[in-house]
Amino acid sequence: MKFVDEFRDPQHAATLLAAIRRSVSRRWTIMEVCGGQTHSLLRYGIEDELQDLVELVHGPGCPVCVTPVAAIEAALALATRPQTILASFGDMLRVPGSRKSLLQVRAAGGDVRIVYSPLDAIVLAQREPERQVVFFAVGFETTAPATALAVLQAARLELKNFSVLCSHVRVQPAMEQILLAPDCRVEGFLAAGHVCTVLGYESYEELVGRFRVPVVVTGFEPVDLLAGIHECIRQLESGQPAVANQYGRSARATGNPAARRMIDQVFAPRDRAWRGMGVIPGGGLELRPQWEQFDARRKFNLEDLAGCDVSDCPSGAVLAGRLRPPDCPHFGKSCTPEHPLGAPMVSAEGACAAYFRYRAAPVGQAEVHTS
Amino acid sequence: MCLAVPGKLVRWLDREPPFCRAEIQFEGITRVCNLSCVPDAQAGDFVIVHAGVAISTLDAQAAAQILADLSRMAEIEQSTEDLP
Repeated sequence: MKFVDEFRDPQHAATLLAAIRRSVSRRWTIMEVCGGQTHSLLRYGIEDELQDLVELVHGPGCPVCVTPVAAIEAALALATRPQTILASFGDMLRVPGSRKSLLQVRAAGGDVRIVYSPLDAIVLAQREPERQVVFFAVGFETTAPATALAVLQAARLELKNFSVLCSHVRVQPAMEQILLAPDCRVEGFLAAGHVCTVLGYESYEELVGRFRVPVVVTGFEPVDLLAGIHECIRQLESGQPAVANQYGRSARATGNPAARRMIDQVFAPRDRAWRGMGVIPGGGLELRPQWEQFDARRKFNLEDLAGCDVSDCPSGAVLAGRLRPPDCPHFGKSCTPEHPLGAPMVSAEGACAAYFRYRAAPVGQAEVHTS
Repeated sequence: MCLAVPGKLVRWLDREPPFCRAEIQFEGITRVCNLSCVPDAQAGDFVIVHAGVAISTLDAQAAAQILADLSRMAEIEQSTEDLP
């Protein structure tokens, strides 16, 4: 596939690996923000290949992982409501709430549907006018335009039976929270390429100026990741942190203006509790008052229900890069993808799931060299 | 969650936001996606699609540039190694 195969090219990867080896004077600590990047780093053996040169710590960029129990409890309450369809992405179904997951509620007769897009929930609402369709919206700014479009479509179609349980989160406030932690070890960021595709990356200038850390917009293929790491190390070695873009084929400085307009039209920033990380100022998005007829919390008088994370999962430490999944005492023992203690083992983007899936391969069999 | 895949715009079906739709081809599979965020994309362009919505038109020149830079880097590395 064009724009994919060439960024998996082993020769280009080898060139970058050699350049990284030449430029490193000490072991740097770099955080990749997005869970998709985490999976690629493990899948292609990049983390193993670079382990003596760079410590890659895995960031909070797994929206399913950071969705608080209280929001899941609200979704569970809606899923058990009569004549109601609760629609969400497949990853959300297995994430445990206080006592149950959406999958368990579905098994007990709740109408929970997996959708690929928020726009599929609009189609559902049109097909089933007698039922209320609630889309449980999770995701970073990459996903927010799709939810915004669903709201705009619902308004144009004058749908009375569609609403959104909004749990969208914002990446940059979480990066700030990580940098403000007294025990923060992160010296540079690989910023999430698709969030930057939507929002651009100009707003990171302030972050770089304040915290003196490189922020390199990075894609998801092995060559993208190695190019991002190479640029991050180049800046660290020179002592001149800056915002750089290594994902130029998709991300531009000002992002996607149409997508940004849609986000601004439909959502406003708000403080939001992140699972395992506490309340992050400006860390979430909520529907603006003009769209309140599509806000499931208002429509069903449903604030986030009280709920506490009763599991032993130390997800906050994993999401902030303070605990590597293999170092967790539960990893692969009492916590597996089949029986997860916490969301990072459930989600397709969770760091624990990535280690569980890819770390079975012997070290040295990295695909980056063999494919 | 932020997974997004490139696909080739085959043809527009509807150009009125927020219902802009087009056929997008992904490695042999064709799907109808929402293109409201890339209203200027043209047939033949590659777009990147997340959750059924195209969020970017891919810049072929930028992609070619980084690959050319890498080829050049490899040549320099090789010529350095070849030095006596």
